[in-house]
This record gives sequence, C-alpha cells and structure tokens, in this order.
Amino acid sequence: MYHTVIETLSAADTLKQAGGSDSGWILHHVMDSHTLDFEPFFSIQLPHLEIFGIDISITKYIFFMWIVALLLFIILYIVSRKYKSTLIPKGISNIVEITVLFVRDEIVKPTIGKGYEKFLPYLLTVFFFILLSNMFGLIPYAVTITGNIAVTAALAAISFIAIQLGGIKSHGAWGYFKGLIPSGMPPWILIILIPLEILGLFTKPFALCIRLFANMIAGHVVILSLLGLIFILQTAFVAPVSIAFAIFIYLLELLVALIQAYIFTILTSLFIGMAVHQEH
Amino acid sequence: MDLAWLGAGIGAGIAVIGAGLGIGKLAGSALEAMGRQPEDAGAIRTAMIIAAALIEGIAFFALVICILLAVKA
Repeated sequence: MYHTVIETLSAADTLKQAGGSDSGWILHHVMDSHTLDFEPFFSIQLPHLEIFGIDISITKYIFFMWIVALLLFIILYIVSRKYKSTLIPKGISNIVEITVLFVRDEIVKPTIGKGYEKFLPYLLTVFFFILLSNMFGLIPYAVTITGNIAVTAALAAISFIAIQLGGIKSHGAWGYFKGLIPSGMPPWILIILIPLEILGLFTKPFALCIRLFANMIAGHVVILSLLGLIFILQTAFVAPVSIAFAIFIYLLELLVALIQAYIFTILTSLFIGMAVHQEH
Repeated sequence: MDLAWLGAGIGAGIAVIGAGLGIGKLAGSALEAMGRQPEDAGAIRTAMIIAAALIEGIAFFALVICILLAVKA
C-alpha cells in the first residue's frame, strides 16, 4: 500500500515536470529533490549517488533529516550530561525534563500500564524526533521532513514492528495471534474474522503514516495556496488579506506540530498497550 | 479525465463533511462532559483526542483515494 502512494506522489512529480498543472510550484515546495533551495539568494546542487542501480543520493529531505537528528542528539546529549553533575535541572534541561515527564506520565503510563518501561525509550525517541522535525519545518527555507510520505512510512513501519514484537514477547507468537480473535466464536464466523483482523494489523500503522504526512503537508499547501492567491489574481490589494491568513495558518501549524507528535506517540503506545495486554 | 477530477473533488468534499460532523459531535459531547465533570477533564480530553485522531484517519483514507483518482486522471 505504501508503494502505491509513493508511486502516486512521484507521478505527481512527473506531472509537475511536464508543466501540466498551474499549481506545480506548490508541489515543487513539498517534493523531494536534489537541490537545496535558498532562492532568491542561491541554491546548492546535491550530488547524485547510485549503488547497484539503487538511488541512494542525499536529497533535500535526507539532508534536513540528518540536521534534525544531529540537533536532537546534541540537545539531548548536553541535557543528559548535565544530570551527571547535579539532579536539579537548569536552563534547557527544564524543558526537556518537563517533556519527558509528560510523555511518561500522560502518554505512556496510562495507555500501556504494567511493563511500560520497555517501550519508553522508543516512544520518547519518536516523540522528540517528530516534534523537532515538525517545528523545524516551520523555519523559513527549512523542510518539513514529516511532510514526506517515505519518512512517515518508515516511522510507522518501526511502530508496526514495535507493536508486534511487544505482543509476541508478552504472549508468545501463537498466543498473540490467537488472542487477536475473540474466543468462543462459532467456526464459520472465523472465515470473515481472520482476514479482517489481519487487515486490522496493517491499517493501524498505515493510518499513523497517512495522518502525520497529510497533516504536515496540508498546512504547507494551504499557506502556499494563500500566498499564491496574490499571483493568481495579479493584484497587490489581496496581499494584506492573504498574508494575514497565511500567518494565522502558520500559528495554527505550531499547534498542529505539537498535536501530531502527541497523537503519533499516544496512538503507537495505545496499540502497543492493546497488543501487550490482550485481556482487555 | 475531467470527470475523474470532478469525482475526486466531490469525494473529498463528502469525506470532509463526514469527518467534520464526526469531530464536531465528538468535541461538543466532550466539552459537555467536561462541563459536568470538571475533575475528569484530563481523561476526557485524552479520550477525545484519540477518538478525533481515529475519525481523522478514516477521513484521510477517503482523501487518499481521491488523490489517487485525481493523479491518475
């Protein structure tokens, strides 16, 4: 399913290159490419790498993903070093500690319950990574890496593995997959139920992937469309209105960046909780 | 080709109507519940956000189909 969506989006890319649509410049902003755009000042051409016919070149999104990962590593490393000398948080440790405690006490503990400690590192990593990359994308000239379906699909795939491994580890492989189906069912209903439950395993991470991707890309497209109104109507009198609306959407995006990180983490942890504690 | 675009547009509109109704009703009920039980506001808010995210997920499934239709045309 992921493959189809990725293919579809690259089809949109080809459409853009063919000049088939007038809104192509919007797609250009949210598509992966081999150039880092800092227009109107300059743009950097990234090298094209290929190994065994597989394109592994460092593209715009990968470049910014590495920046986000590096930034996250530096911030969290500094904070963790500070706790070695004193346990009293100061400066940047304060905000990180509040966020970590929020994720632990408000997200992970109530949804997973007993044995949540094993999943806490993964869920914290996901939360901080998504939060920082959502926020990073709001800086001018930066790229929202979560606005790329490949990135969110990878995050959802890791969540899928975490959910299944959590379930299998606590119930055993047979016990886990048997536990997906409610006991005491008449045999004929299993014909409908088993494919449905197997499908259900995959739709959960698929929804995670699409939700994050669509939410992040939608805000950018709306902002660009509002600014595009100036050029479509070709009058400067629209500019105050569309800039005011664009700023409003931008501020809304700040909220969405937080909420989407929260939702991705809480849903992943909810699904892990459902897999680990199948009895309810 | 134009009809597929029309279909995608109408489909996206209908999907958004459904999601909007669902989230609106959910938020209305949740706020009412918070008004009745202010001490449980935190738990109600969490449940509301999860349910809203699930409704949104269904709407996105519909929107993905619309995008597929629009891009194919």
